[in-house]
Amino acid sequence: MASEKPILYSYFRSSCSWRVRIALALKGISYDLVPVNLVKDGGQQFSAEFKALNPMKQVPALKIDGITLSQSLAIIHYLEETRPNPSLLPQDPKKRAQVRMIADHIVSGIQPLQNLGVLKQIGERKMEWAQNYISSGFQALEQILQHTAGRYCVGDEVSMADLCLVPQVANAERFKVDMGPYPTITRINKALLELEAFKVSHPCRQPDTPAELRA
Amino acid sequence: MKQVPALKIDGITLSQSLAIIHYLEETRPNPSLLPQDPKKRAQVRMIADHIVSGIQPLQNLGVLKQIGERKMEWAQNYISSGFQALEQILQHTAGRYCVGDEVSMADLCLVPQVANAERFKVDMGPYPTITRINKALLELEAFKVSHPCRQPDTPAELRA
Repeated sequence: MASEKPILYSYFRSSCSWRVRIALALKGISYDLVPVNLVKDGGQQFSAEFKALNPMKQVPALKIDGITLSQSLAIIHYLEETRPNPSLLPQDPKKRAQVRMIADHIVSGIQPLQNLGVLKQIGERKMEWAQNYISSGFQALEQILQHTAGRYCVGDEVSMADLCLVPQVANAERFKVDMGPYPTITRINKALLELEAFKVSHPCRQPDTPAELRA
Repeated sequence: MKQVPALKIDGITLSQSLAIIHYLEETRPNPSLLPQDPKKRAQVRMIADHIVSGIQPLQNLGVLKQIGERKMEWAQNYISSGFQALEQILQHTAGRYCVGDEVSMADLCLVPQVANAERFKVDMGPYPTITRINKALLELEAFKVSHPCRQPDTPAELRA
């Protein structure tokens, strides 16, 4: 039975989509990318066609091995369990827990509070709202990282935590968050952006990146 | 992070409920809270993450304080749209529980979120699968003994 190439539904600037793009790049998994524009046409994620594929009407969604998955960390865990090399989790259960704690802190504690849908609801004070949640989230994260970080978020190997960090820092920059108070986050982000997988998956290099934002 | 839950165990302190639950699963693997099959595991995580990232953060205490007067409507909106998507997902994955017939991490996330929905007076009519699964889970001892109405800090007027 011939294996079909995985299909990733992604928006160039979606930080959640970027996490999965990094994972696919790190694991050397080639895939087809179908862009879903979250802003055009009132948001293409609301089309009947996309809703049938992913009832949550969100990106990323990954069609792989005959199933469709949503939720970036569920997707990344699936890739980890079925394509285990290179690994995105340490061997040691306590270090694994630290990786997940950092990833979850970003994925549940920061990003949802500043995603597109919420900011639309917030309206005029959205810049302040986003800055507030990113700052307080980064404040806590900076402290955690002082205990866990080596070259990267947890020790010296790239993990799921790092896949979540870089896109969130990009969001912080977009919302003009002052990164001064977060030197550990800044250092790790810089180190990660030197890696090929983080570059090739970057929002400025996607098929749907607008011309004016293209690298 | 100035949040609960935090678990002090085996010489470390962990926060983030799913990170804690995964640690318990990896160090105390029986009974298991994840299926064996990677695709079913992915479905469990997808459902759990949907609740933990997609619904709960939008209606937690801190956010609702910021929202102010329209907080009831705000909470109802996010829980409803989250449950709408979840109901569809569950129609593909559910057996007796969220994924097949074994209790999983997804179920641990579902019951507390339904309790939140009830607190915010969300109409559960459109979500029969969520309702059925929630009811089945609340019959299990672990879900009863851990219930908010039975905790050391449950106020007298809410105590079971």
